[in-house]
Amino acid sequence: MQKMLHINADKCTGCLQCEMACAFENYGTFATAKSRIKVFNFHHTGKKVPYTCTQCDEAWCLHACPVEAITVDKATGAKVVNEATCVGCKVCTIACPFGTINYVEETGKVQKCDLCEGSPACAEACPTGAITFIDANWTGLSKMEAWADKLGNQASAT
Amino acid sequence: MSWAGKILRVNLTAGTVTSEPLNMDWARDYIGSRGLGTKYLVEEVAATVDPLSADNKIIWATGPLTGTMASTGGRYTVITKGPLTGAIACSNSGGYWGAEFKMAGWDMVIFEGKSPKPVYLYVNDDVAELRDAAHLWGKSVWETEETLKKSLQDPLTRISSIGKAGENGVLFAAVVNDMHRAAGRSGVGAVMGSKNLKAIAVRGTKGVGNIRDPKAFMAAVKTAKKVLADNAVTGTGLPAMGTQVLMSVINEVGALPTRNHRDNQFEGAKDIGAEAMATPRKTDGKKHLVTNQACFGCTIACGRISKMDEGHFTIQNKPQYRGANGGLEYEAAWALGAANGVNDLEALQYANLLCNEEGIDPISFGATVGAVMELYDMGVLTKEQIGIDAKFGSAQTLAFLAEETVNGRGFGKEIGQGSKRLCAKYGHPELSMASKGQEFPAYDGRAIQGIGLAYATSNRGGCHLRGYTIASEVLGIPVKTDPLESEGKPDLVKAFQDATAAFDSSGLCIFTTFAWGLQDLAPQMQGACGEQYSIEELAKIGERIWNMEREFNNRAGFTSKDDSLPPRLTTPEGACKTGPAKGKFNELATMLPKYYAARGWDSEGRPTAATKARLGI
Repeated sequence: MQKMLHINADKCTGCLQCEMACAFENYGTFATAKSRIKVFNFHHTGKKVPYTCTQCDEAWCLHACPVEAITVDKATGAKVVNEATCVGCKVCTIACPFGTINYVEETGKVQKCDLCEGSPACAEACPTGAITFIDANWTGLSKMEAWADKLGNQASAT
Repeated sequence: MSWAGKILRVNLTAGTVTSEPLNMDWARDYIGSRGLGTKYLVEEVAATVDPLSADNKIIWATGPLTGTMASTGGRYTVITKGPLTGAIACSNSGGYWGAEFKMAGWDMVIFEGKSPKPVYLYVNDDVAELRDAAHLWGKSVWETEETLKKSLQDPLTRISSIGKAGENGVLFAAVVNDMHRAAGRSGVGAVMGSKNLKAIAVRGTKGVGNIRDPKAFMAAVKTAKKVLADNAVTGTGLPAMGTQVLMSVINEVGALPTRNHRDNQFEGAKDIGAEAMATPRKTDGKKHLVTNQACFGCTIACGRISKMDEGHFTIQNKPQYRGANGGLEYEAAWALGAANGVNDLEALQYANLLCNEEGIDPISFGATVGAVMELYDMGVLTKEQIGIDAKFGSAQTLAFLAEETVNGRGFGKEIGQGSKRLCAKYGHPELSMASKGQEFPAYDGRAIQGIGLAYATSNRGGCHLRGYTIASEVLGIPVKTDPLESEGKPDLVKAFQDATAAFDSSGLCIFTTFAWGLQDLAPQMQGACGEQYSIEELAKIGERIWNMEREFNNRAGFTSKDDSLPPRLTTPEGACKTGPAKGKFNELATMLPKYYAARGWDSEGRPTAATKARLGI
């Protein structure tokens, strides 16, 4: 079963625990600037929205890479950057329609979410369930359940 | 470890910015943030200094847990000698600024002297420089943030700044970061303004990495987060209702000071609390409350984000107040509302937005308006002097006086001096509801004995955040004590004050203590910083910090006479009129000597030589 990061922005409080967890997992330091997941705080609406790579099946970044530095982790389905191969050309950052693969000045390589080998630190750290790691085939399951509950369990008019 | 080990020293007179190593001996003994910043201040600044002179210094300090994954690890403290009180001033703020500064690789920044012209400090990791702020002077906090983010081409820059109030010397001007989080009390913003310092803009990409034992730290952090999540207050009450959950609770126990403490219960409490914020308005069918919001690293998320009624009289033709914005929190809702008898939620939020926009403390402002309304009611002040009818309960008056105060116009200039100076000027010093010149917050010292003692003995003047005995006396945390009973309160107040000083110094938020005690802080401090931070050691450090602050105040000229409450709170004539506390007044005279004894102070409130030796001062 393939799993994916599922984001419910309505539950996000903007605490940035996910960003710290991501940076700590990958760099051993609490540095939100180094995080591969970003929380955007839209001040005028009060919305806080986490955003990261959704691991496209036909990944633009992977196809664009001239040195085949981006490969598929068969266990998780994650598109993973091989740092030893990456030449820092940044073509993938142009190819990605979502902006979720980014150049890192310090290393001269690109970085993106790799699903932490199947146990994403961001989802683990999220205190509200805004970021969960769930069955990729059934990302709508909790919404369906809520509506099913309304249909089946709430007193009908008759 | 977990300290960055480096501080910035900015000489505003000379225009120099230098890096120096953190004094690790002091860091070990005073932890960080409140404790460590205060240690630097008391070592470097004479207690008798004029707070608004170039000889005063002002410090932004983070703690060792600031910028880590410890829940609520985003706090910083602004420390200086305060102009409102003349005592130590130490105001704590959340939001994102503190963590950003720590992640840039700095523990604190000390500003000394006075700049000849408006400047701001720009920090981008190792780069730290003073820049011209002529284009920012006269701008609000909100405009300053927007202008700097645009000109720096970096929307993730975090800014701590003052608005017009700090520039104009309002004695309760605040330092505001991230639009609506504030180091709010004691006039730290006025000190910033007096130095021609407009803002500190920070970008930190290095991170906080030198955790002593990462595995132990992460395990301790995880356990402590679960304690917060499982607790009814921090796990459910605060995220859903915010601090505003207190409005009805405090009113019911008869401890909601109303109309400048003339009354102790407010008939309009139901209109301005959490329930009102969550109920659709009659006018437009929309709820005031939009959502909750966390500060950096916080797994509680008590912050309120609201939208005003666009048709409300206060914001006609003022689109800048229409979007989602911060507030109302309980203390502001009380000070702008109950303290003046105003029950118009929208008007309170308008006044609250002005406080954030131009940087003033809503508690001192609201309480001072309450005093003005009482003086008006007595005929001491007139409509001509104030510029408007200042009847208790008038939302129009509240909105008008908020505008006048933040813009430094008309009678607003007098309000900007705080209630102590204003009431004294008009011949009624007894009507200033304050200790050491700082106005009381939202709990009545007559109906809750311990909090009255906490107000009288607070090192920064009237304040609930130096020893929040409400937790015990009203909410039963960690054990329930009788609010009407003064017996046992001196020891309770001391214990709360000492533990609070330790929490404040770690870089975490005091709101965690609804669920946590020092037993929850200790493992996190031990994992991050060092094995010596046991429960006992943290309590001792807290007590050391308290005594250090006290000694600064004593040197500044404060005596036991200043550990006082106004006569309205301590005499039968001012006793509570209604509710469970009817007939009660604060028994300060009985409690104070016992408090001094518990602290190891002499009868004049001075730490004895034995006490100082025990605490290593």
